[in-house]
Amino acid sequence: MTIGMSKLRLVWIYPDLLSTYGDQGNALIVERRARLRGIDVERVDVRSDQAVPTSGDIYLIGGGEDRPQRLAAERLRKDPGLGQAVSRGATLLAVCAGYQIIGHEFVDDLDRVEPGLGLLDVKSGRGPVGRRCVGEVLADVDPQLGLQPLSGFENHQGVTHLGAGAKPLARVTAGFGNGTGDGTEGAWSGRVLGTYLHGPVMSRNPGLADLLLTWATGVPLTPLEDRWHEQLRSERLRAVRAQAG
Amino acid sequence: MTGTPVPGQGAGPARGPEALPPRAKLAVTASRVTAAISRRAGKGSGSVIGGKIALRIAPDLLAQLADHLQVVLVSGTNGKTTTTRLVAEAMRAAGPVVSNALGANMPAGITSALAGAGDAVYGVIEVDEKYLAGVARDADPLAIVLLNLSRDQLDRAAETRMLAEKWREGLRGTEAVLVANADDPLVVWAASSAKDVVWVAAGQMWQEDSWSCPSCGGVMNRPGDDWFCGDCDFRRPQVTWSLVGDEMVDPDGAVWPLELQLPGRANRANATTAAAVASVFGVDTAAALARMKNVTAVAGRYDVVPYQGRNLRLLLAKNPAGWLETFSLIDPAPAPVILSVNALDADGKDTSWLWDVDYTKLAGRPLAVLGQRRLDLAVRLDVAGLTFTVHEHLADAVAACPPGQIEVIANYTAFQQLRRTIKEAQA
Ligand SMILES: [Zn+2]
Repeated sequence: MTIGMSKLRLVWIYPDLLSTYGDQGNALIVERRARLRGIDVERVDVRSDQAVPTSGDIYLIGGGEDRPQRLAAERLRKDPGLGQAVSRGATLLAVCAGYQIIGHEFVDDLDRVEPGLGLLDVKSGRGPVGRRCVGEVLADVDPQLGLQPLSGFENHQGVTHLGAGAKPLARVTAGFGNGTGDGTEGAWSGRVLGTYLHGPVMSRNPGLADLLLTWATGVPLTPLEDRWHEQLRSERLRAVRAQAG
Repeated sequence: MTGTPVPGQGAGPARGPEALPPRAKLAVTASRVTAAISRRAGKGSGSVIGGKIALRIAPDLLAQLADHLQVVLVSGTNGKTTTTRLVAEAMRAAGPVVSNALGANMPAGITSALAGAGDAVYGVIEVDEKYLAGVARDADPLAIVLLNLSRDQLDRAAETRMLAEKWREGLRGTEAVLVANADDPLVVWAASSAKDVVWVAAGQMWQEDSWSCPSCGGVMNRPGDDWFCGDCDFRRPQVTWSLVGDEMVDPDGAVWPLELQLPGRANRANATTAAAVASVFGVDTAAALARMKNVTAVAGRYDVVPYQGRNLRLLLAKNPAGWLETFSLIDPAPAPVILSVNALDADGKDTSWLWDVDYTKLAGRPLAVLGQRRLDLAVRLDVAGLTFTVHEHLADAVAACPPGQIEVIANYTAFQQLRRTIKEAQA
């Protein structure tokens, strides 16, 4: 997309299956932060019986329970739309169940290894029985991305291993993240990001929304006054550090 | 009284806890003593701790106590406490009722409530969704009400469809009559394993948890009030009772105006469900409705209370479906609204659900925000493009509101805290 030429197309994939933890939040925040900068946005919500458009600029996939995750993967594997968009340089943020789906494989609700979409070089499995990763997360982001530490909430049993083609999105200082025990959280490569910080991760990390917008528009963004986001961030950071200390 | 009673059979059977075997009687006494000590120590009603002690002494106590009663169970994500109250009121037209009216809805709280059954004939019992199958097995109910299932405290509760699956397995082949909401596909899925179901068109504003068919995973079609799966034959059943606007339609097609004092569509739906339950027990609908009309507040919910020279209406909303129903019943704009959200253990520690709630429905009103997680709410409202003020104390939030009755909407522990604050101010 080039500013002044057309609308920015924001595509939210499968809200009927992958929107269990307020995932709509990320779509609303990207939309709002674009509009505040005078960028015209067209939001497209794609239901799981509809085709994923190839012409989007930013794609979002959210989290969901195990069965909807399997159904979503089954349907996305038959739809070349997202793969085509990513290969021509579209931006993608995938959260939790969505993060697992865009990797090479994950374990489904029937304990079967399911193929993913292979858009990010990661493989997911299930963590030890009885260990569910639930709670607050704090993580320092890959310096190359130039973001403040991520604050968020995780709720998953997945363990995600990174291949050579993906870098950790962040390193946790609190919480589990990828669940591999090496402190990594999420993964990224090119313009594709995956994270276990579920649901409305951008509510505490508006920088993540701006990163996607910068990638998609190709121009620097005017700064915004982030009064409430900042207050929420510092309140959560205090709470997590108090808990940890 | 000694010996083994034969409850519910023959003329003048022994009834109530006096008819229990010795071990159960001891358990009931122990639970009462514990509850009294707990009350005196200022730790609430003591019903849960009392019930826990009693169940440790006599693990089958719940079943033994229920054995003396004609039992109705009420479960679902939202509306349990209110519906339990409405069913209890309706059943009082037929005889004395015991009920866990304060919402202690897990086995210990239920046991404790039943231990105080006295001469009650009917037991109207609210049951937490997660415990329904077990309590249904123990209490041998004659009727079970299934209201709705939607996402609620996902950081600690079971996934919503898994809960429907548990209900379905637990209620398979039950002898009880199910009274179930035909407008909630997850409830219909759960109830369809039972033999005898009374379907009620009770409505469902929140539909985000039932877009995929619980039977086959296909995408659900929802034209108007109808719904059906596009891929299999799972569809909305034929209803016998329905809520149509402000009126209830009974199985004979008779139309009943519902002039409740409780506000809102959800409560009219709860009353319709309660009338259907009463009818299972042969209670006349006119008598049932007349009694339900007298209910004004339920465990503090819907109560209008004076505070700082203003009137506050207290509304409890715990999850996205609950908030949506609550927005539909408050006074229209520009009536001021105070919102309070906590994320303590009893609320669930994850606030992501705030993003499932459509706060733009509050546009055009003065808004004030409170609670331990008021900043989460502030970001949510800001992104929704709303203007609002943020406060630490209720008094400041109230002072920030222009004249008129204030609608106060809070989630679970925030609601309890507000009630305490108001009570202390009145003292
Ligand atoms: Zn189906």
